[in-house]
Amino acid sequence: MLFTSYGFILFLCVVIGLYYIIPKRFQWKLLLVSSFVFYYFSGWSNLLYISVTIISTYFIGLKLDSLNKKQEIYLKENKGTLSREDKKAYKEKIKAKRWKWLLLCLIFNLGILAVIKYTNFAIANINSIFTLFKMNELSFVNFLLPMGISFYTFQTMGYIIDVYRGKYGPEKNIGKLALFVSFFPQLIQGPISRFDDLSLSLYKEHGFDSKNFSYGFQRVLWGYFKKLVIADRIVVAVLEITKNPDTYDGIFVLVGMVFYAVQLYADFTGGIDITIGIAQMLGIKVKENFIRPYFSKSIVEYWRRWHITMGTWFKDYIFYPLSVCKPMLNLSKSSRNRFGEKIGKRAPVYVATIAVWFTTGIWHGSSWNFIVWGLLNGFVILVSQELEPLYAKFHQKFHVGETFGFRLFQVIRTFLLMSSLRILDCYRDVGVSFKMFGSMFTKLNINELFAGSLLKLGLNISDYIVLLIGVIILITFSLVQRSGSVREKISIKPAILRYTIYVLLFFSIIIFGAYGIGFDSNQFIYNQF
Amino acid sequence: MEALLEILGELHPEIDFETNDRLIDDKILDSFDIITVIAEINDEYDVAIPAHEITPENFNSAKALYELIERLLDED
Repeated sequence: MLFTSYGFILFLCVVIGLYYIIPKRFQWKLLLVSSFVFYYFSGWSNLLYISVTIISTYFIGLKLDSLNKKQEIYLKENKGTLSREDKKAYKEKIKAKRWKWLLLCLIFNLGILAVIKYTNFAIANINSIFTLFKMNELSFVNFLLPMGISFYTFQTMGYIIDVYRGKYGPEKNIGKLALFVSFFPQLIQGPISRFDDLSLSLYKEHGFDSKNFSYGFQRVLWGYFKKLVIADRIVVAVLEITKNPDTYDGIFVLVGMVFYAVQLYADFTGGIDITIGIAQMLGIKVKENFIRPYFSKSIVEYWRRWHITMGTWFKDYIFYPLSVCKPMLNLSKSSRNRFGEKIGKRAPVYVATIAVWFTTGIWHGSSWNFIVWGLLNGFVILVSQELEPLYAKFHQKFHVGETFGFRLFQVIRTFLLMSSLRILDCYRDVGVSFKMFGSMFTKLNINELFAGSLLKLGLNISDYIVLLIGVIILITFSLVQRSGSVREKISIKPAILRYTIYVLLFFSIIIFGAYGIGFDSNQFIYNQF
Repeated sequence: MEALLEILGELHPEIDFETNDRLIDDKILDSFDIITVIAEINDEYDVAIPAHEITPENFNSAKALYELIERLLDED
């Protein structure tokens, strides 16, 4: 059941209606049932996978808690008799047990994700080696990838790691934990929430709040506008260009690259707007996932502002633990002795950065183009980090750091850099991607664009006008948003202006939506993960 | 504390680490700096800062970071 289907709109109306009619103590239970019904429509077998994750995480969470309690009781009961060393040894013993349980949970659940998502990728790579040696190829396995499995698995693993770390205790009610894992607005494309951020407002009883409801509804409309008016329109040209690399090279690669940047932004942020908006209509606060990422002045800043919950997940659960683990600190020490102070200090950061970006790449898809995309991101980040002192000197010498012109240059540079890296996502093939990237420099004939070719990409003049107006609205919205919430700003305008905006937004979706609500031709890009 | 100030000072000589208490909030220390500081602390104080202690509260000021080191040494 996609967000853009009639079925979902009907489902949402029923859920919201019931949510505010039933006694408040049943609200979270209604959300749980609704989430499972929602997920059932994406295939009954998906329910099995998510249930296995919920049940295994629930019991291991309780086990970790019971080990903690056991330690507390033992230390309390033997307070007078245990020496400092005895206490330390006991704590270490319990810690080792807790670690084993955590590892079991991680291996089991990430294992399910890995098997479903990466088996065929592994087989394809093994087969290419077998072909070299003229051996019989292995056959592919037919796995159905449950929608949103990467999102809910990461969210649940974040929860269990936090419980292990003692950040908070485990959720004792399996139903409540199930709701945290399966909350339908964010189940299939995130954001990847943290238990301590979401749980409080998720389980709380909510009375109807007209401001929250209205703001949430406006955000949902804004999300549909981005998705249906912009993303689903521009995708036609993106596909035409990227599916026909022999026909469209040179300047068209640049056009495709910029169009894809618009499509991806409108699609993903639109989907997240719908998610956060629905949650807000229910009185639930879901964490923001984007802060105007295309206004970033560097790739590091971009990744702080794009898909934030995924970035922080990787930082908290992979980058930091890997960087500060004992073997890594030892590596740092030995590298200092061998290669000098400078390289030694950077060794943990380098290894952890490469590991994180490899994982980020493969998280996005089980193919080499995503892995190369991830590693290239990491490479650019490390190079910019190394060049930072040089940039600082340059900025100081030429006093360009704070001028508007230079900041604009930085924003455009970052946008083009990120869009170039995304070529790997567009063409889904490493060789073709590099070839097409190269053609931008070797076959760049701008005149081609003015020979009516743009109208052969599947979009007509009125589509381009709608897109142009849509993108201007997006940019204006982002510019206004820099000084505070746009909805707050609209809310203090005279009623006539306010309602004109709402009505225009609503009808623009109905009239200019590329296919209109109810036409499921294009699922959200991030639903595939 | 002296040694800690020296470690931090080497990374960002332009910052007054004795008074600044918004090192993370103002993005003075990024994740790369944090890892470098942790490795140096490990050398200097022989204490391992676990990943879950990497929070803005613990890294926003030299004072908070020093308190964390003392706490970890004490727990050890």
